[in-house]
Amino acid sequence: MLAVFPSGGHPGIPGRRVAVTGLGVVAPCGIGREAFWSGLLGPAPEGPRRVKDFDASSIYGPKELRRVDRFTQFAAVAADEAVADAGGVAAMGVDPSRAGVLIGTGIGGIETLEDQIHLMMEKGARRVTPFLVPMMMGNRAAADVSMRYGMCGPCEAIVTACAAGTQSVAAGARLVASGRCDVVLAGSSEAAMTPIGVAGFANMTALSTSGLSMPFDAKRDGFVMGEGGAVLVLEEYERAVARGARIYAELAGGASTADAHHITAPAPGGSGAVACMELAILDAGLSAADIVHVNAHGTSTPANDMAESQALNKVFGMPGPLVTSVKGITGHSLGAAGAIEAVALALTIANQTIPPTAGLTEMDPEIHLDVVTGEARPWTPGPSLSNSFGFGGHNGTIVMVPPS
Amino acid sequence: MEQQQQPMGEAEAEAFEKFKQCAVEVLQVDAKAVTPDANFADDLDADSLDLVELVMALEEQFDISVDESELEGVKTVRQAFELVTSKL
Repeated sequence: MLAVFPSGGHPGIPGRRVAVTGLGVVAPCGIGREAFWSGLLGPAPEGPRRVKDFDASSIYGPKELRRVDRFTQFAAVAADEAVADAGGVAAMGVDPSRAGVLIGTGIGGIETLEDQIHLMMEKGARRVTPFLVPMMMGNRAAADVSMRYGMCGPCEAIVTACAAGTQSVAAGARLVASGRCDVVLAGSSEAAMTPIGVAGFANMTALSTSGLSMPFDAKRDGFVMGEGGAVLVLEEYERAVARGARIYAELAGGASTADAHHITAPAPGGSGAVACMELAILDAGLSAADIVHVNAHGTSTPANDMAESQALNKVFGMPGPLVTSVKGITGHSLGAAGAIEAVALALTIANQTIPPTAGLTEMDPEIHLDVVTGEARPWTPGPSLSNSFGFGGHNGTIVMVPPS
Repeated sequence: MEQQQQPMGEAEAEAFEKFKQCAVEVLQVDAKAVTPDANFADDLDADSLDLVELVMALEEQFDISVDESELEGVKTVRQAFELVTSKL
């Protein structure tokens, strides 16, 4: 990953290498990376994808639990798993001022906001909880995680709709590459399956009416809502090697671009996505021909999957590298999706297996991609990429390569 | 000389039970910890926002209204309880 991008004839400045040394995930198909991975290889559930049997009482006491929105609880549990996976804070031995937290979200604590609006209408403004603001603010998840682990470097929340997760991971890696941080906890979370959240997405006709998540399928009719959170431990590569940490992958490149086109529709031909993928591949010091696998945004909406497939064809030719979308299983967890899929990509590399795109039975004849369907396929070691695109025209891409 | 506390009358004891229930629910503390001498910060791990939330519950429970300014200097359960009973 570059520390500084090339511009005006000046070459870019190479940055420090970034290792992924810990993974934590809370997803509808499983809480914890092992359950999550099994879920990705299992059958597709039907209908909205809720995280069932979720319990954050290992992190928060009974008083706090009532005062922490579900989206923050998802991130806190995921961060706890990721930090433990990386050996714990003590094993990381990082200078707190050089440890960062970047945990994004699409929306923030909307469940809390909705509940409190009901309460205000019913009982008056005086009954609104004094904890409303710190519960609903989109930076709460990042703040809680920084406090729990005493991390005093940059602590920020990227709020770019469904691109928030991928952009948080890319921005976190940049903090390590540039030398600002030695360790960053990067990820995202979302818990927006509330009546108002569902109504909003349904009325913009983004949601599937069939309730089936079918990325790239000819009959796809929208996304199925999901929720969850995921956190990755990103660490300067040499120190990770020196302390004997398990390295899932090298986070070799990342990029962020804007369509500057339309608030909800992708740019024609996915031009913003093309620019984003090309920049991320450049950032990793690679060329498009090196990429062996793409973990697609693949939401199952007619517009996204068409634009993304066009963008992939533009960058990689036809049919290009093996593509999968885990959203056939997870549904679309909005701001959480990018971090959940970054974990999926790291596990794809670790397990050398590409999970299939569940729900896809009849490939859209207009889409010309080599999509993994039915059964998982072996992952041939090589650079792999994950995309996320958000309302607002936000594009995010990360590139992971197997550890060397 | 320390002021001798009068034992609570029946109505007052009943009110204190209600007060205690609110404190237990809002502050998630053991009922036994909610004694008149308990200090909110030291004994019940309650900060100023906890106190605001407790007062909201007490307003509901006792159908009273407490102005924010009246919470100034309230440090113990006894002080809070007396504030409530003064409004009944």
